[in-house]
Amino acid sequence: MTTYSTNEFKGGLKIMLDGDPYTIVENEFVKPGKGQAFNRVKVRNLKTGRVIERTFKSGDTAEGADVVDVELQYLYNDGEYWHFMDQQSYEQLTADAATVGDAAKWLKEEAICQVTLWNGVPLSVAPPNFVIMTIVETDPGLRGDTSGGGGKPATLETGAVVRVPLFVQSGEVIKVDTRTGEYVSRVKE
Amino acid sequence: MEQSPSAWRPGADLVTLRLRAELLAQIRAFFAARGVLEVETPALSTAGITDPHLASFETAYAGPGPQHGRLLYLHTSPEFAMKRLLAAGSGCIYQIARVFRDREAGRRHNPEFTLLEWYRIGFDHHRLMDEVAELVATLLAGRLALAEPERLSYRALFQRDLGLDPHRASAAELAACAEARHVSIPPGMPADDPDPWLDLLLTHCIEPGLGQGRLTFVYDYPASQAALARLRPGDPPVGERFELYVNGIELANGFRELGDASEQRRRFERENAARWAFGLPVMPVDEHLLAALEAGLPDCAGVALGFDRLVMLATGKRSLAEVLAFPLDRA
Repeated sequence: MTTYSTNEFKGGLKIMLDGDPYTIVENEFVKPGKGQAFNRVKVRNLKTGRVIERTFKSGDTAEGADVVDVELQYLYNDGEYWHFMDQQSYEQLTADAATVGDAAKWLKEEAICQVTLWNGVPLSVAPPNFVIMTIVETDPGLRGDTSGGGGKPATLETGAVVRVPLFVQSGEVIKVDTRTGEYVSRVKE
Repeated sequence: MEQSPSAWRPGADLVTLRLRAELLAQIRAFFAARGVLEVETPALSTAGITDPHLASFETAYAGPGPQHGRLLYLHTSPEFAMKRLLAAGSGCIYQIARVFRDREAGRRHNPEFTLLEWYRIGFDHHRLMDEVAELVATLLAGRLALAEPERLSYRALFQRDLGLDPHRASAAELAACAEARHVSIPPGMPADDPDPWLDLLLTHCIEPGLGQGRLTFVYDYPASQAALARLRPGDPPVGERFELYVNGIELANGFRELGDASEQRRRFERENAARWAFGLPVMPVDEHLLAALEAGLPDCAGVALGFDRLVMLATGKRSLAEVLAFPLDRA
């Protein structure tokens, strides 16, 4: 396993602490006028998302975490697990609800997702930044109102609910930004 | 290192670069008015620094002269050469020197930086603190509003902020204090040596609040942290050393200078022994300095002030990278 010296610490580096994988958020080098220097780091637990602070003596090392981001195709949900496939190797991987988290409501079959793997096992799932989905239910808005002001809730095919302009109707296909959960535009089929 | 398309540009804006020039001119005027002589000493030396917490850059001299070339070190401060000048009868001197410290990079550290270092004959460390306060007040006037300077001993500081006596507390007591204050304890802290624990508490619990809106001088350090300062006998003996903090930034370090050659040699040897124990390279001791001390260093106090950090304070910038023409990642 790789080890990293504090000399190599920087934002984004993945290290192991207390048996969990962490990513470095912030690294600050502190040194009294004379004497021992320290690296004060803020790290995010990749399993829980919690950010904590840790201090290392400068020059010490931390074990690297075998964490990689890969692009996988989402296949289907069997009621308990979400199934993904590596499009190069055709290897299939499964993820539970805790791992998929909020991404679940944006997952449409065949979507390409960024999956973070720790020792080859999915740790978290990020949906595509933009998804194209059909509206399955929304109140009929007033025809001719194109102001877009206010809007109304619309339920999408995956169950996600987004605010759409009043002129958008059930059965229409829209583009949504999954990072903000906001409607972007209508999509002509 | 990844290059961004604008990496050729300076890290500091032009207003800051003009201010640097202005501050340098003010420093020279300050010392000229006091009859302190500006000197220049070499950046390259055959001797390195023995302090186990400092790392020298090494470079190779290919000749002519030595048949197989010679290893030379870039100085981490001009201290040793300036003391040789003092011993040779230079009188009071100052230097604005570019110095080099490997393994130091961060918001307040750049491996190459500018030190203002000066020595005053006949001053003790308290009288030198007065002069440091005058100089810093002159340089920051109209740039950073400051309350009256404060001065407290290392012991008083730890008693005030942490309720413990740094000269008496054991490593275990210091560790318990760090834990009670939810400081993340680094792996591999020693069970028997209090100094790294004092450094941990100082950097994590005390420094960030030091010198808020004022100059705070901390003086009389534990004998184990005296570095190149004289020891004042007492119970316990203390190193006649001081540090200056402004807005949580460590700005200057000064000593009532140790003039005893044999004590200096013992400290170099002790530091080299610590280097050996840490697996660090043992450094050649500066025999020229020891010979100069043997010949006689006038009773004096000296201080080194981080010029780039002073510019940070004068401009309100948050990192050294914003006050250097070209910080390391653009060098």
